[in-house]
Amino acid sequence: MNSPAHDYQLSQLDLLEAEAIFIMREVVAEFERPVLLFSGGKDSIVMLKLAEKAFYPARIPFAVMHVDTGHNFDEVLALRDERVAELKVQLIVASVQEAIDSGQVVEPPDGTRNRIQTPVLLDALEKHRFTAIFGGARRDEDKARAKERIFSFRDEFGQWDPKNQRPELWNLYNGRIHTGESIRVFPLSNWTELDIWHYIKREEIELPSIYYAHEREVFDRDGMLFAVHEKKQPKPGEEVFTEMVRYRTVGDASLTAAVRSEADTVDLVIDEVASTRVTERGATRGDDKFSEAAMEDRKREGYF
Amino acid sequence: MMDILRFATAGSVDDGKSTLIGRLLYDTKTVFQDQIDAVEKVSHDRGDDYVDLALLTDGLRAEREQGITIDVAYRYFATPNRKFIIADTPGHIQYTRNMVTGASTADLALVLVDARKGLVEQSRRHAFLASLLQVPHLVLVVNKMDLVDYSQEVYENIREEFTQFAAKLRVPDLTVMPVSALKGDNVVTRSANMPWYEGPSLLHHLENVHVASDRNLIDVRFPVQYVIRPQSDEWHDYRGYAGQVLGGILKKGDEVIVLPSGYTSKILSVETADGEVDEAYAPMSVTVRLEDEIDVSRGDMICRPNNQPTVAQDIDAMICWMDESAPMRVGAKYSIKHTTRTARTIVKGLQYRLDVNTLHRDEEANELTLNEIGRVRLRTTVPLMADDYSRNRNTGGFVLVDEGTNRTVAAGMITEAS
Repeated sequence: MNSPAHDYQLSQLDLLEAEAIFIMREVVAEFERPVLLFSGGKDSIVMLKLAEKAFYPARIPFAVMHVDTGHNFDEVLALRDERVAELKVQLIVASVQEAIDSGQVVEPPDGTRNRIQTPVLLDALEKHRFTAIFGGARRDEDKARAKERIFSFRDEFGQWDPKNQRPELWNLYNGRIHTGESIRVFPLSNWTELDIWHYIKREEIELPSIYYAHEREVFDRDGMLFAVHEKKQPKPGEEVFTEMVRYRTVGDASLTAAVRSEADTVDLVIDEVASTRVTERGATRGDDKFSEAAMEDRKREGYF
Repeated sequence: MMDILRFATAGSVDDGKSTLIGRLLYDTKTVFQDQIDAVEKVSHDRGDDYVDLALLTDGLRAEREQGITIDVAYRYFATPNRKFIIADTPGHIQYTRNMVTGASTADLALVLVDARKGLVEQSRRHAFLASLLQVPHLVLVVNKMDLVDYSQEVYENIREEFTQFAAKLRVPDLTVMPVSALKGDNVVTRSANMPWYEGPSLLHHLENVHVASDRNLIDVRFPVQYVIRPQSDEWHDYRGYAGQVLGGILKKGDEVIVLPSGYTSKILSVETADGEVDEAYAPMSVTVRLEDEIDVSRGDMICRPNNQPTVAQDIDAMICWMDESAPMRVGAKYSIKHTTRTARTIVKGLQYRLDVNTLHRDEEANELTLNEIGRVRLRTTVPLMADDYSRNRNTGGFVLVDEGTNRTVAAGMITEAS
């Protein structure tokens, strides 16, 4: 809380922070086994910061879980491990590669692993009997997310039913569930991409370096710039070139595209985000371009 | 400093609400090119003659297929000084449940009417619900002024009629404005087509309406949410009461009383992870430490000895019933969630059901079904620390949860506690 107290007004970041902290404390007070989904992306790093603040000076009273597609950026994994060690929280890794190897899921012919993350996630949640799962999703990301509750009820299959959501009034969240059911909790629901960046600046939060402009070997596919990666190789005829780029979102390395950018500091990124004309998912996520209702469909299957 | 205004919009399919929101998003450059591309593609595929801005706010596939909105959608835009959170609520069948939900956290409610049709039943209903939920600011947007030749007379008649109706409700701050969402008149900038209108544009009003003073800075209300006790050598004796301030101002050294136990103590410190704060006020999330070791747990309320809520098990309240699967019946038991306290409750009586269109009270009613509103008396298993909803929306509001289905079945607003 950095705002002056005399006029009893809070800035938008203070208000969003207060709301997110309230939500996290509510979950820990009411659920026996919460877990925080942590990808190493900026939203989950902000979530971890908020969790640290919510329970200070105690340790974060829940584990973090990474659904690891096996297609990672090294910088992201490094920061994940660093933060986890620093905060002394338990890290659970649910591996998509292991699920493929054991025959639990089948890798699609195109090698993308977004859709097969869902059964791996659901399996891990069941195995660890997690009843409340924090996710970093924001309502400004997508049309389906815009309609999802902060406490999002999921049935025993992890499915979201948009027509059967619990009304959410004032700051009262209904976390009652039967055995096998769970609640996905989204403390960042009311944050926008720009709020996240302003908060990163204010709190001086360290991010994986790939969020800032750097030179990288890329190739152009369907208008999106993909880094040359062990799991993402150019096809014949796709020319590889060096470009100043940064990542706006960090997900599966085979699906997440970079954007041309000169923004190598947090201030420059804020300027860039404030003036950009394309949503972060539209610019960088191959997974949401498949159909207009891509996110809605994945959520119904149990995705975040 | 940038702050936040939360507003709820209510309207039916035809009054241009989606177009108005689309216009606000578009003109404040909140809509991104890929979203516009998607909307253009849908319009084109459907064979529309023009790009339908309303499509920007349509969400789910089921909704697009049926051409309706099934739920509250939250949308965001910002101008340099303010961030806006819109709770966009549909106007059809489930209107009451959705509007009540959206209005519960709103600083301001926007009610739209079509200038050609004037006030309809639904406009009155929306205004009533905004007043029931005590939304501090109400704006009546008289839309589609372009279709009545920007007629001052048409506008004045609607304004006059609505002002008379609103006088019967508790509306602290009412603003009326003539707008064309489709053409952009008076949405972001003042319109040259209505020189007779001297008020601000809608966006200007939204940017400047004063909301900080709507918060209760008088009655100290701090429901304990969670007790922080680090199991570490460094913080061995630390015991902090975490929660969100719902009213008043808390300071180090203040005398406090913990309810319902009645123990008193003084505030040792008010802290956040960033250090001590001089003062805490709504809606800050803080940790309060007390000078004395007394028994305090989740669901207790910290306040001042000379300003206490009513500690009560008998609650009179207005209820909005939100469940389609079963009605509310006298004698039924529910789980009640009020601040951070959860208890069980039994419906002792239904005094009347309210017709939200005529405001008529039906005292013969013996149940409430989906979207119906009535005044009830509840008895709870343990005391609640209750304020009148009109005094504090967060210590006066509660929800009922069905203990079998776990569904949130009602929203309640306390009118009297004893």
